Amino acid sequence: MSGSRDLLHLAWIIPALPLFGAVFLLLFGKRIGEPVAGWIATALMSLAFVWSLVMLVSLLDLPTEMRASVLNANVLWSWMPAGALHVDMGTFADPLSITWALLVTGVGTLIHLYSIGYMHGDERYSRFFAYLNLFAASMLILVLGSNFLVTFLGWEGVGLCSYLLISFWFERNSAAVAGKKAFVTNRVGDVGFLLAMFLIFASYGTLNYSAVGPGARSVSSGTATAIALLLLLAACGKSAQIPLHLWLPDAMEGPTPVSALIHAATMVTAGVFLLCRAHPFLDATSSGTVVAWVGGITALLAGTVAILQPDIKRALAYSTVSQLGYMFLAVGLHAYTAAVFMVLCHAFYKGCLFLGSGSVIHGNHDVQDMRVMGGFRKYMPYTAFAMVVAWLAIAGVPPLSGFFSKDEIISQAFLRDDYALWVIGIVAAAFTAVYMTRLIFLTFYGNERFRVAGDGPGAGSGVGHEALPVISGGSDDGVAVLDHDHTAPAGDDDSDPSPTVAYGDPVPVPNGHPPHEAPGIMVLPVMVLALLAAIGGILNLPFTSMEWLDKFLEPSFRGVPAVKPDSFAQGFGLEMLTFAIAACGIFFAYKLYKKGLEYADRDPLNEKLGVLAPILGNAYYYDHGISKLVGGPGRATASWLNRVVDAKIIDGAVNGVGHFFELLSRGVQEIQDGHVRRYAMGIALGTVGILLYVVLWIGR
Amino acid sequence: MPVLATTIDAGWYLVLAALVFTIGAAGLLTRRNVLVMFMCVELMLNAVNLTFVTFARELNDIRGQVIVFFILAVAAAEVAVGLAIIVAIFRRRRGATADDLDLLKDPTA
Repeated sequence: MSGSRDLLHLAWIIPALPLFGAVFLLLFGKRIGEPVAGWIATALMSLAFVWSLVMLVSLLDLPTEMRASVLNANVLWSWMPAGALHVDMGTFADPLSITWALLVTGVGTLIHLYSIGYMHGDERYSRFFAYLNLFAASMLILVLGSNFLVTFLGWEGVGLCSYLLISFWFERNSAAVAGKKAFVTNRVGDVGFLLAMFLIFASYGTLNYSAVGPGARSVSSGTATAIALLLLLAACGKSAQIPLHLWLPDAMEGPTPVSALIHAATMVTAGVFLLCRAHPFLDATSSGTVVAWVGGITALLAGTVAILQPDIKRALAYSTVSQLGYMFLAVGLHAYTAAVFMVLCHAFYKGCLFLGSGSVIHGNHDVQDMRVMGGFRKYMPYTAFAMVVAWLAIAGVPPLSGFFSKDEIISQAFLRDDYALWVIGIVAAAFTAVYMTRLIFLTFYGNERFRVAGDGPGAGSGVGHEALPVISGGSDDGVAVLDHDHTAPAGDDDSDPSPTVAYGDPVPVPNGHPPHEAPGIMVLPVMVLALLAAIGGILNLPFTSMEWLDKFLEPSFRGVPAVKPDSFAQGFGLEMLTFAIAACGIFFAYKLYKKGLEYADRDPLNEKLGVLAPILGNAYYYDHGISKLVGGPGRATASWLNRVVDAKIIDGAVNGVGHFFELLSRGVQEIQDGHVRRYAMGIALGTVGILLYVVLWIGR
Repeated sequence: MPVLATTIDAGWYLVLAALVFTIGAAGLLTRRNVLVMFMCVELMLNAVNLTFVTFARELNDIRGQVIVFFILAVAAAEVAVGLAIIVAIFRRRRGATADDLDLLKDPTA
């Protein structure tokens, strides 16, 4: 038993492996080159996964009550011994952190493997893998840290990697801008994290999780609420919740494996992790309600936006925001296990969907506009199969994973008598079903709209539009580029930072070539994730003896009361009701899109929604609004501050001090005449004067 | 009692030190040649050294001698730097009159 605890103290090896890979590849990657660099990164990730499994086994070897014990923490070295503030660099292995470590390394390995195929031929191939490894290391530091500051180190690390990877193809202006947007938006959340840490330190004198957990009720409820809300702000930034959600859809400018790994499966769940770690603050106060409402509103609004996105990746991005909203909803309801369960299942099916969409884009000559897809199942049967499985999973069709995970959250809202949130959850689930069905049918079923005008059923798409700009990277002259060149597409206008495929115009140009299936190295991870998305539900089946995840995580969430359905029938009824509504959503979208699109620029749902369509399609003009606000009054305020406050008040104060002393010195500056002997005389006279004073006055 | 056996009273040493110090100080204030001023500073330093050694012996306290070692070390360093500066000045100006070297004064004054 003590042996397994000693093993748990070796949890630092999990982040150390990819960290070594990142340093190694940054130093020697260029010399190693393709594909060995990719294999090194993948091998290190799989080793980290194996070590996480060892950690899991050692954890299970401990008796239940010892699994989240303080003794599992291990101090590696003293990081900041600064007076009262003493922070150690250390790891803490408990069920919560090990669950996340398994998720990051497991899904991470698959996505590394996929990237070997996806990044084939990129000129910065090895640097991509160095960044991916660095990201994995940061994420693992984040989850395995023994105190808030170590977590913050990883938190900033993943933010940096997110920035580096979103703008990986920085030659494209929109990618560079999207990276900056993500970075700056995340900083807003980080302010919350920092302030929360200051408050925690001021209240407890330490940042260790082990000390903070039991003490949440010992501080005043005002302080605890402030800490909880500041942490919520931090989590909103990282997990793209309203009002800080706007960076995630733009983050899709990065390579698709990045979207899958960072912006769907792992990094964006860091906010959920943080709130789970700090759950005593939520339990001690009523701030959980705020978390739940933020999550619920985000889930609903992002779901409504996703239904009209023409870009396959942006639709998935809004879907991710919406699903993250569910996780926040669960956290706010104190149903932490349900949130973690959702994180796991979401990583499986959203990872699969993103990697699948990557295969679609890869096979479709870098065009990612769904309006010119259709009928792809014939050309890429494996990808189509995997994505259909993941679609059914996310839509909540039993017995796939999404059914169990999402319905558990929605049922929890009902069981905790939060009927408003329950209704929001159900409606959002219906939207989930609609946008996912639309995505699948536009991509894989219906008419083939990728043929050039005059050559297929989608021929009418270009009629009436004189300018048909290229909507995605790749071919800007209408000729498909068969050999994928993932470096910067030259066709993009450098001055236009707008996303790859925005809602509404421009009308996409069909590229005229049928898509092709992705190579085996890309198909395999998609298939594995599809399998996991299908069977992931068994982690936590709603039967008393089979709630394995509940039981495993229980030590980390000790003292949080679990709310269970009164009877099996009640639980079953709740889940069936949610499923029925989701099924209506699927059916509705199926009716609309089963034949594809008659005209590529006419979306039937768009026309059905009428005036609402542009509002939803443009995401409630939130981005425009922020741009207007920051660009208009924001810039005016900054300019006023620059002109008045900075130039007059701050510079005035600084210059005023200077002028004051200049005036003061005017009389005595004559003395400084540069004559050394006169200075020496001054010193001599001064010494004599002091001596006289000592002898005559003090010695008296 | 033979006259030869008498020891010199500590006061004389102090008087000698005071004289040397005064010569050094007066030279520093009156001479214009930088090299001579520099030698005057050395005189003053050694006068202080003599005082320290005298008191160390008189009071039977070894710390006085220890301080002398420090002063010697610092003085050696000072000589190295100071002479280098003086040589540099000689090279540029063909002379080393302290009163000409007033570049650091306030130009507006």
